[in-house]
Amino acid sequence: MSHSVLTPAERSSLRQASQRVRETILQIVYDSGSGHVGGALSQTDILVALYHRVLRFDLARPDWAQRDRFILSKGHGGLGLAAVLADCGLLDPALLSTFGDTGSALGMHMDHRQVSAIETATGSLGHGLGIATGMAIGARLRGWTSRTVCLLSDGECYEGSTWEAAIAAAGQRLHNLVAIVDRNRLTMDGFTEQEVPLEPLAQKWQSFGWRAITCDGHDHDALAAALAQAVEPCEMPSVIIADTVKGKGVAFMEDQARWHYGALDSANLGTALASVRAEAPT
Amino acid sequence: MNKAGGKIQGFTWTVEDVNLISAAETWGEVLVEAARLDADIVALTADLGNSTKIVRFKAAFPDRYFNVGIAEQNLMAVAAGLAATGFTPVVCSYATFATLRAAEFVRTDIGYGARNVKIIGTLAGVAYGQGGPTHHAVEDMAIMRGIPGMVVLAPADGHEMGAALLAALAHPGPVYLRTGRGVEPDLPALHGLPFEIGKARELAAGSDVALLAIGPCLHEALRAARRAARHGVSVRVVNMASIKPLDRAAVLAAVLEVGRVITVEDHSIVGGLGSAVAEVIAESGHGCRFRRLGHLDSFLPMGVPEDLMHLGGFDEDAILGAIGAMMGVDVTEEVNWEDGL
Repeated sequence: MSHSVLTPAERSSLRQASQRVRETILQIVYDSGSGHVGGALSQTDILVALYHRVLRFDLARPDWAQRDRFILSKGHGGLGLAAVLADCGLLDPALLSTFGDTGSALGMHMDHRQVSAIETATGSLGHGLGIATGMAIGARLRGWTSRTVCLLSDGECYEGSTWEAAIAAAGQRLHNLVAIVDRNRLTMDGFTEQEVPLEPLAQKWQSFGWRAITCDGHDHDALAAALAQAVEPCEMPSVIIADTVKGKGVAFMEDQARWHYGALDSANLGTALASVRAEAPT
Repeated sequence: MNKAGGKIQGFTWTVEDVNLISAAETWGEVLVEAARLDADIVALTADLGNSTKIVRFKAAFPDRYFNVGIAEQNLMAVAAGLAATGFTPVVCSYATFATLRAAEFVRTDIGYGARNVKIIGTLAGVAYGQGGPTHHAVEDMAIMRGIPGMVVLAPADGHEMGAALLAALAHPGPVYLRTGRGVEPDLPALHGLPFEIGKARELAAGSDVALLAIGPCLHEALRAARRAARHGVSVRVVNMASIKPLDRAAVLAAVLEVGRVITVEDHSIVGGLGSAVAEVIAESGHGCRFRRLGHLDSFLPMGVPEDLMHLGGFDEDAILGAIGAMMGVDVTEEVNWEDGL
């Protein structure tokens, strides 16, 4: 079980991993021509925290039955997930340069039929939490200690099926299930609170029977504390509403709806990389 | 037409009949027995456990039975997740909700996911006729046939449904089974036979017209065949319960040996049995007289199933009419009312 307080060395290591992943994301977008860069950058610190500290897996046995399972319900974040998987040894980094190529195992929406470290194909929004619910029920039936963690976009909280799953998971008292909402407040058409308000979002989850935790989704100390709390035994599933910034780390992309999906030329790749490095951890 | 008069002679179905179900209990018992032998079988429903009788599973295996609430999309997603942890989920809902409401979840999470999930859609066609068009399931096979890798089965009675369920459980991968209200009369010709995915079964031999039928339309087809025989018309009746994969050899045998083919289904003529058979014939390079009976491109009103099958033109009378039209003889006139029709 991960502890809730980071040592200075852990903090530094996680920040460095986040920076590496952001640089990789930008490089993939440049190499492959385009990508869902905004959401990949907003989820980066969450995925780094999960894969480097929380999720239990065995590099030598990707099909280890009692592994923790991670579902990227916001499937368009596949670009960022590929970067994280490569960073922690679950994916051959050499494959990243094939991202989006015809026939490549890696593309916009990651897929368990192509990549062993992926649990299920996602991309259509609102599917992941229900699948994660089924996996959590399955793990409990098997008597496994596995945990299932599902990352949703805040936009997925518009999908009715997300709430269908929220009701069912709470009804099943799935304490082995953790949902995380990448609350970057931007969907393709603009800010959620200006378009179709989602707030009060944490209270919505609470009223559906979930333990709701809010945290800064870019602060590794805050993420460590929130994740440690979320996996503590409880009679209900837990959700972390992680406040994030779409395009985080690249100044000209931050909070810009148009960077939901975009392309980088060599000039703005350089600007973007410089921006990420300017926030470089010590 | 109404329940008291017209052509309705036998039983009618109302919501109250739900506790008198026999066919559903037959296949429900088969499922329970299969689950006794295989601890990986789990059952899921979206608040239709009592109505579909899959609740029998709950009585036997309460820890392996899950009601997710009235939420068919999530029903399919949860089933996919359970399959991902090695279980064999059997999912039961009304055919219209299991396919139309949850279509994308079935397609992406179970179909593309290649998950070992068995989906049972009850009240297929107009089996719940009095529920009206919201509860008529006449596009379910069209939708499920279109999903790559999905096996589609349409058994005719409780015994065949039980046998089909066993075949589905033995098949690694997603299967859709459509069934009726659970009160379907037995087809004794099917008793005790194993179900073979991809195989049709001839129920009556004949050489003038071949009726390729499924579900409740098989009863209508067999009755129509007996009446036509009194006019000297020899009618083959084939149970096409395996919709996908379809028994191409059985279709081609009907084309080459009989030459006049009529499909009969309680489903849209678009995308179901009729379409599947038409595709085989068209690609075979062989010609034959051909007609599809089933729901035309229109919605039927609320009503008793037998009435709707008559209105829709896929009951015994309609089949007889189609046989006569194809043969150029009138076979609808009753020859003898006394011979045990």
